[in-house]
Amino acid sequence: MADVTHEIAERIPINLVVNGVRRTLDLVPWTTLLDALRDHLALTGTKKGCDHGQCGACTVLVDGRRVNSCLTLAIMKDGAEITTVEGLASDGTLHPLQQAFIDHDAFQCGYCTSGQICSAAGLLAEGRAADADEIRELMSGNLCRCGAYPNIVAAIQQAMGRP
Amino acid sequence: MNNFQYSRAADVADAIRLLAANPGARLIAGGTNLIDLMKENVERPSRLIDISRLPLRKVEETADGGLRIGALVPNSDLAYHPLIEQRYPLLASAILAGASAQLRNMASVGGNLMQRTRCAYFYDTATPCNKRNPGTGCSALDGLNRNHAILGTSASCIATNPSDMSVALAALGALVHIARPSGERTIALTDFHRLPGDTPHVDVNLGAGEIIIAIELPPLGFAQNYSYLKIRDRLSYAFALVSVAAALELEGNAITQARIALGGVAHKPWRSLEAEAALRGQAATVDHFSHAADLLLAGATARAHNGFKIELARRAIVRTLTQAADATPQSQSHKKIA
Ligand code: FES
Ligand code: FES
Repeated sequence: MADVTHEIAERIPINLVVNGVRRTLDLVPWTTLLDALRDHLALTGTKKGCDHGQCGACTVLVDGRRVNSCLTLAIMKDGAEITTVEGLASDGTLHPLQQAFIDHDAFQCGYCTSGQICSAAGLLAEGRAADADEIRELMSGNLCRCGAYPNIVAAIQQAMGRP
Repeated sequence: MNNFQYSRAADVADAIRLLAANPGARLIAGGTNLIDLMKENVERPSRLIDISRLPLRKVEETADGGLRIGALVPNSDLAYHPLIEQRYPLLASAILAGASAQLRNMASVGGNLMQRTRCAYFYDTATPCNKRNPGTGCSALDGLNRNHAILGTSASCIATNPSDMSVALAALGALVHIARPSGERTIALTDFHRLPGDTPHVDVNLGAGEIIIAIELPPLGFAQNYSYLKIRDRLSYAFALVSVAAALELEGNAITQARIALGGVAHKPWRSLEAEAALRGQAATVDHFSHAADLLLAGATARAHNGFKIELARRAIVRTLTQAADATPQSQSHKKIA
């Protein structure tokens, strides 16, 4: 509790490559990657659910790995490549996961969905899930209060090319 | 979150120097626990020293046939490392039983050892807590203590250590390598975490200016007969009520070496050398496993809501040792308990 500084912290310039576009930001050190994306870059596809690493709504890919952006300080990711849900489609074609979520009606309110899709993109890249149980386990960091879980698993199976 | 200054350490010596020059500073690597605690105002560091870019990410074989794991290896990379999967599957299993895929991608090995209890009163700055605010009292003693410790408790604190990885490391006899202003030192993992005693605010034996740089695994990996069983309120993404890391060496049905460590029941991973010694030379039977469980749980005490943990732990120990002896380790994906 002691030794809290009261100096005005300087803003620190950082570079991020967000969805393939280089962005320069001046941030106070306590800005999370989630707040940098939403409040400084107006990329509001990434959602703030719990802000404590418990729900997965804020999931993005940092250098290709899925992480909770609410528990990530933006300045610590200076130079990193960030992919958010806005960066998954290419040339107007939905990412296979986005199409699969539509095909399987894998959401209701949609609040968890961008986190689910980014997390599933990380899951596919990791290549560690071979069946539905493994998908469920490795997607357990993404909660869905609407309970769309069965359809989310089905959508991910479709994107994995499994029947 | 409080306002803080930020420094990026250039190397380990620089991090040690920055720590010494900035009382109230904290190291940050993955940040999964520290940033959460800062958002709750439980941690209010004056400065964060970013060590995430230091070159401590290697998994290397040691001269004696063990492994040295850099402190900044992400939890997921360690769990999926071929040498860990092949030689230390107990460790891989325990890591994969913890947190979520995202958090495992972020969290470092060293940070995992440093994570703090998830006791709700420790997190709630409106309540007394000897760990957060020494001398204010323990709200859990007569509060909601269903998740709390049954072994090694004190009148000051009944919090548990939340780590799964540390439970496996304790069973495997891991060492912690620490850099300090005057060189390096090594400590057994089982001596790294502390019991609460009357200083529950001190979780670990790490002095001022000291930094974890590596974890070392001895050669014996128990890759044939092991299991990590984690019992919790939901099947995934929850902290343990009770967890058991069990590792056996067998000759036929006779036990030549046994290791058992418990999670979710104490302020540190819980081992009993007496229980392990009692299994040596015995047949791998439920009767002998039950006797070992009794020795492990000797002196267990409950508060109002956590008495169920004693019998749960007893059964989990027997079950996990049986899984280990049968070479049918608990799957962390297919949750049926064999
Ligand atoms: S907002 Fe990050 S995990 Fe919930
Ligand atoms: S669709 Fe509503 S929370 Fe998942």
